[in-house]
Amino acid sequence: MSRPDLAHDVRLVDTTLRDGSHAMAHQFTEQQVRDTVRALDRAGVGVIEVSHGDGIGGSSFNYGFSHTDEMTLIAAAREEARQAKIAVLLVPGIGTVDDLKRARDAGADMVRVATHCTEADVSPQHFQAARDLGMETAGFLMMAHRTPPEDLAKQARIMVDAGCQAPYCTDSAGALLMHEARARFEALVAEVGDEAWVGYHGHQNLSFGVANSVIAQEVGVRYIDGSLCALGAGSGNSPTEVLAAVFDRLGVSTGVDPMALIDAAEDVVRPYLPRWPKMDRNAIVQGWAGVYSSFLLHAETAAERYKVPAHAILRRCGEIGLVGGQEDMIIDVAIQLAAEGER
Amino acid sequence: MSSGRVPAAIVGPGNIGTDLLAKLQRSDVLDVRYVVGVVESDGLARARDQGIAASAEGVDWLLRQDPLPQIVFEATSAAAHVANAPRYAEAGIQAVDLTPAHLGPMVCPPVNLHDHLDAPNVSMITCGGQATIPMVHAVSRVTPVPYAEIVASVSSRSAGPGTRANIDEFTHTTSGAVSEVGGAERGKAIIILNPVEPPMIMRDTVFCMIGPDADHDAITRSVHEMVADVQEYVPGYTLRAEPQFDDPRASWRGNGRVAVFLEVKGNGDFLPEYAGNLDIMTAAAARVGELMAARKLEVPA
Repeated sequence: MSRPDLAHDVRLVDTTLRDGSHAMAHQFTEQQVRDTVRALDRAGVGVIEVSHGDGIGGSSFNYGFSHTDEMTLIAAAREEARQAKIAVLLVPGIGTVDDLKRARDAGADMVRVATHCTEADVSPQHFQAARDLGMETAGFLMMAHRTPPEDLAKQARIMVDAGCQAPYCTDSAGALLMHEARARFEALVAEVGDEAWVGYHGHQNLSFGVANSVIAQEVGVRYIDGSLCALGAGSGNSPTEVLAAVFDRLGVSTGVDPMALIDAAEDVVRPYLPRWPKMDRNAIVQGWAGVYSSFLLHAETAAERYKVPAHAILRRCGEIGLVGGQEDMIIDVAIQLAAEGER
Repeated sequence: MSSGRVPAAIVGPGNIGTDLLAKLQRSDVLDVRYVVGVVESDGLARARDQGIAASAEGVDWLLRQDPLPQIVFEATSAAAHVANAPRYAEAGIQAVDLTPAHLGPMVCPPVNLHDHLDAPNVSMITCGGQATIPMVHAVSRVTPVPYAEIVASVSSRSAGPGTRANIDEFTHTTSGAVSEVGGAERGKAIIILNPVEPPMIMRDTVFCMIGPDADHDAITRSVHEMVADVQEYVPGYTLRAEPQFDDPRASWRGNGRVAVFLEVKGNGDFLPEYAGNLDIMTAAAARVGELMAARKLEVPA
């Protein structure tokens, strides 16, 4: 499958309405989605991701039930977007090809299939389905800090051979230091750069989301993710409005209007923020200990229920090597910590 | 039949088939006479080392043997079982299917095996199903469960290429079985592969939606009883903590929730202990076969 032509140096992908779903505890309303899509679309953002935070099919006890059915949100986004493509996230093991077909029917143009960074071989079934449905594709190699650059590149190769047009170095824990991020970007570009685009999805837990995005662009990464007001898991994603401003200053073309995005963040997203994602103790611990960013709110809930500190829960999650999707283990860890405290 | 045991065969001499053989070698009622593959393999060699007739000539060879097996365990692939199943049926052989073919009724031993002991073909569902459906049933036999959700976490090393190539099959089959066999009105299943080293032991979480007035003590008692039932064939099946009850929430349509946290440690027969997900499949299949055999022995043909 050939990769799409790109009109600009960087294709900014906004995930306010997907990664931001974590920070919203999956309570997005249709009106919030419509307003956000309209603002992003008019500012020139070319891809807007809309899904439950854990991808289509993610509405559950384990990750939180959606306030509004995500297919309703996807259809609303499709209606509002004039030029932007609407993307969805699909995590094999959580969502299925059936969910993808429903999303396609609701108007999704693109799917990003996400696996843990060493488990890409669960994705070919879903890339094949996406191609059959005529959808654009990208692939998330999540928790990319957990595997060395050369191994990450091999996993990207599996995805590209299966029909992925843009494998991503996905720093789910916001754990990648600048040299670690660069090594992974370079390895991916070297492995698949002749036939696919390479992407970067950052989190701000150690504050490197924007800095790593600049490095990414320098070494040939073409898809870069952001969220307005950083709305995303952990301390949030690289803010799309900051990326737009920084790339504008660097003379890197993105096709977006930085001032329109800055306005969108302030006027559209900020009023509905439950809290501004920030580098507080818990989020820093996530970046430091390499913990999946979406664990944050779940750890805070378990901390309150079991009277143990959220940062202690998160550190333990890092120590035992939990991966994305194992939110149930947070409760288990909290129970164990509470029991240890009683001894 | 020799020593009063029921003759049986294992078709598919891979890791699953070999682990199953180790379990069945301890049986008082089953006598594994034959192990069958389609190419020469380590698994066939291991079977011959134990004095079992093993052939790479497939089911054609098996059906020429005298005596024929009365029970066959299929640990091949869905496609192979679809091809083989009619031949077993024609020969009057009961089939215990460990593949994802799901031709016969889905069986979880402590939940519904007694309904299907005479079925010509039974499906062992999925690894996550075998681990979690007993807990869904333990709750649903005490109080209505409008929705149940299971999360299975398995070590990457224990997830084979078949599972990986069709992970949706796990999701669909298990979620269907959570309702059909487990007794929830609706079911959902999630599977996570974790590559951490040393490999993690299989973990499962079972969330059941329950009414605001559900009897928590009765649920807890039922869960403990069911754990004991599963431990009869999987000794390493344990609760990580007491069942956890959450108060009703508006976002759960006014319902409450019980969460059960499980660890499934394998018996380490041939497969490693961490691969509880594979062990519970072979252990459950062995349990099914033994109870089928016991029934054959008590009912003279």
